[in-house]
Amino acid sequence: MAYTLNINGASHTVDVDEATPLLWVLRDTLDLKGAKYGCGAGLCGACTVHIDGTAVRSCVTPVSGVGTRAVTTIEGIAENPLGKKLQDAWLAIDVAQCGYCQPGQIMSATALLAKTPKPTDADIDAQMSGNICRCATYNRIRTAIKLAAGDAVKKEG
Amino acid sequence: MGFHNSKLQNSKHGATRSTVSRRSFLKVSAATGGGLMLSFNLAPLANALANIPGESAIGAFIRIGADGIVTIAAKNPEIGQGIKTSLPMIIAEELDVDWKDVRVETAPMDAQKFGVQSAGGSTSIPRNWDNMRRVGAAGRQMLVTAAAKTWRVPESELTTASGVVMHAASGRALKYGELAAKAAMLPAPDLKLVTLKDPKTFKIVGKPTKDVDGPAVVHGKPLYGIDVTVPGMLYATYEKCPVFGGTVVRANLDEVKAMPGVRHAFVVPGTIKNGEVGLNAGLSGGVAIVADTWWQANVARRKLRVEWNEGPMATQSSKGFAARAAELAKQKPEMSIRSDGDVDAAFKGAAKVLEASYSYPFLAHATMEPQNCTAHFSGGKMEIWVPTQNGANGRGMIARTMGIPEKDITVHMTRAGGGFGRRGSPDPMIEAAWISKEAGAPVKLVWTREDDMRHDCYRPGGYHNFKAGIDAAGKLIALTDHFVSFGADGKFAASSNMGGNVFPAEFIPNLAFGASLMPLGTPTGPLRAPGSNGLAFVFQSFLDEIAHASGRDPLEFHLDLLSEKRVPAPAAATGAPQGPTFNPARMRTTLALVAEKAGWGKRTVPKGTGLGLAYYYSHQGYVAHVAEVTATSSGQMKVNKIWVAADVGGHIVNPSGAENQVQGAVLDGLGQILGQEITVARGGTVEGNFDTFPLLRMHQAPPVEVHFQRSENSPTGLGEPALPPTLPAIANAYFAATGQRVRDVPFNKPRDRDVRV
Ligand code: FES
Ligand code: FES
Repeated sequence: MAYTLNINGASHTVDVDEATPLLWVLRDTLDLKGAKYGCGAGLCGACTVHIDGTAVRSCVTPVSGVGTRAVTTIEGIAENPLGKKLQDAWLAIDVAQCGYCQPGQIMSATALLAKTPKPTDADIDAQMSGNICRCATYNRIRTAIKLAAGDAVKKEG
Repeated sequence: MGFHNSKLQNSKHGATRSTVSRRSFLKVSAATGGGLMLSFNLAPLANALANIPGESAIGAFIRIGADGIVTIAAKNPEIGQGIKTSLPMIIAEELDVDWKDVRVETAPMDAQKFGVQSAGGSTSIPRNWDNMRRVGAAGRQMLVTAAAKTWRVPESELTTASGVVMHAASGRALKYGELAAKAAMLPAPDLKLVTLKDPKTFKIVGKPTKDVDGPAVVHGKPLYGIDVTVPGMLYATYEKCPVFGGTVVRANLDEVKAMPGVRHAFVVPGTIKNGEVGLNAGLSGGVAIVADTWWQANVARRKLRVEWNEGPMATQSSKGFAARAAELAKQKPEMSIRSDGDVDAAFKGAAKVLEASYSYPFLAHATMEPQNCTAHFSGGKMEIWVPTQNGANGRGMIARTMGIPEKDITVHMTRAGGGFGRRGSPDPMIEAAWISKEAGAPVKLVWTREDDMRHDCYRPGGYHNFKAGIDAAGKLIALTDHFVSFGADGKFAASSNMGGNVFPAEFIPNLAFGASLMPLGTPTGPLRAPGSNGLAFVFQSFLDEIAHASGRDPLEFHLDLLSEKRVPAPAAATGAPQGPTFNPARMRTTLALVAEKAGWGKRTVPKGTGLGLAYYYSHQGYVAHVAEVTATSSGQMKVNKIWVAADVGGHIVNPSGAENQVQGAVLDGLGQILGQEITVARGGTVEGNFDTFPLLRMHQAPPVEVHFQRSENSPTGLGEPALPPTLPAIANAYFAATGQRVRDVPFNKPRDRDVRV
């Protein structure tokens, strides 16, 4: 089946089976490697992208269900001022260890700040608990989100 | 290109400099020429070869461009431990350049030039600290010599700073970029004789420095093995027998081949000999499905029906192990590990005798990036792209199994989405290599999460049966441990051993460690802080029991215990994580520091909340924790905060990375104690994904406050030693909060789970 997808503001036509998860269309058909495969079952958040601004797990989102809605991936999130702020905060705090989960973390965090510009710790817990970081960089992820949200952050160390 | 394949994973400005096409990311073999001998056998530098136009190679590790940009090779694989940043920092320090002018590239796998290129055992810093300093100092020396020749002045009159050589007497200065071409033509100095900086003048080492791949990470650039693309590449999925070493009897290959996109489906015979267990034992047999896309390969896999010959291990189960361990605990240990003094006499004379049994489960590594490998066999040569901790191991197995000479196997190490010990094993490499050869095409093999969870080299479970004698003064005078573990014929299975020096051995006059072994068909192997990760939990928990039983404050009890006169190790005691180098004074200082930071004994906590402490020496690091835990109304443990003090020597190469490693290791341990357990049923692994093998999540992660105790010692690694004290600190805090001991982890045992898929 041919599907025309709107990804990071550009239109792409792909010819794949209707059940193919968006994740594999992005990664293997369109060569956008930013969304990661972690579990394939909606359990880890490594594959998080936005569809019309909502964070979704692309590993369990069939391509046939995407339609004409706007897909944003980590490769395009810098166009979103909140996404850019979060990427900068991630670098300022030196969040990553292996880094594999971090594209998904940033996508979830962007959706969080879009809804809740000044998240409390509880807000962060609620929105970010779907994203696993095996390296457990959670302290720094929390700090980076607060930094991006404009909170004064205690200097690390 | 330079030492390396990938401009994409190039530099601190990776995001903006990624102009090279994906093709050049992959075209590695053609590009690795050139680097110079400046290696750990301290061979002299050969004449330089500039292999990038406008850049000059100063030894194998350093290239300097005319523009002054310094490119440094990171020799060891990056698995999230930050080594791609920290080792080049050490070179840059001695080379005397500014970090902002440094770009980092992962070195190709070449032991001649780069020495051992593995990640494991927190060894990279201790093994390379001195070497990397000398490599940098040798580069600086060559630039100084080049300047001295240019100006015809003695080298002794020259100084360097920030990538410039200066001659104060004449006021002249030349930038490294201006000298590099000349320096590259000079003979290399003897690494043993180069002058090193006074550490007091360090400008880079010891400064918090950001991960060089950070920009590429946050922009989602392809960095990892799973992101590799090779022209003409097909995708593979590989189904193996649920029981290790099992082989295919028959499979419905024709049905699978008829599925959309499938190009090949075939049986891989496997090379594991009967009775051999372990991921280094050979290629596991199975069925490979190769398709145009990975998704199609896996859709086809759902149709796959395999009849397996599961072999004799298919009878094993976690339940069976537990039952057998309980039986063995009633008997005398099959073998002695260590024996000091006279424990029987000491127990008779003791004022109080304490007994307790502890256990810990099998654990998976569950790296966030599942195992994968891309292989291209063509014209008798094999090219491999893999996220690995030990590429040389995989290359060796490919050579042995497939009869390809090692020199014809090129291995490119990509950044790895976590390692934790898992990626020292060669299995994804040999599988991909075999499949590529049979498919006659470049193939990317990616394991599903379930494959990854069910075909691991697990942290082995273990059972410890303790007895302690306390005298009337509240002093620990005797201790025995009957350790029920895995193995056969008096030999422990991989990573399931216990040495004779495990603390508190040497600090108690009467002590006996013995072991009994159960046969095991499941592969085991190192997981972050191998050995120590289980032993610390049981010993530090039982010592806390002893402290309480003797009516003493645990801190005071431990400081006293660590001050006892040491009992020399009997000759038989070997191979212990503790090791003869253990320095109790460093541990006392570390413990006192964490106690002070956590306000131990200085503050009251609400009812239902408790503080617990634990400490451990592993991988040459001294680490102590205090945990604050609250028991919730539903009986759950909620960890409020963990304080950590660590002594890993006088220099923390990169304090930012170091803090991150410690926090990660501690929270890793918290994840383990809360709910992680791998269950064996009918010889295979039950758990398949994160629903049943829960990794820690944001809402469970408390703040971890890290303090480094600087001591006059050479720096040692940090990937591992911060984990072991975590579980006992939390368990001891839970006891302080509730009066209940946690003797069997995980705290939340899985529901009866004995059905294997
Ligand atoms: S890969 Fe999609 S949630 Fe894990
Ligand atoms: S940084 Fe490694 S999984 Fe998050």
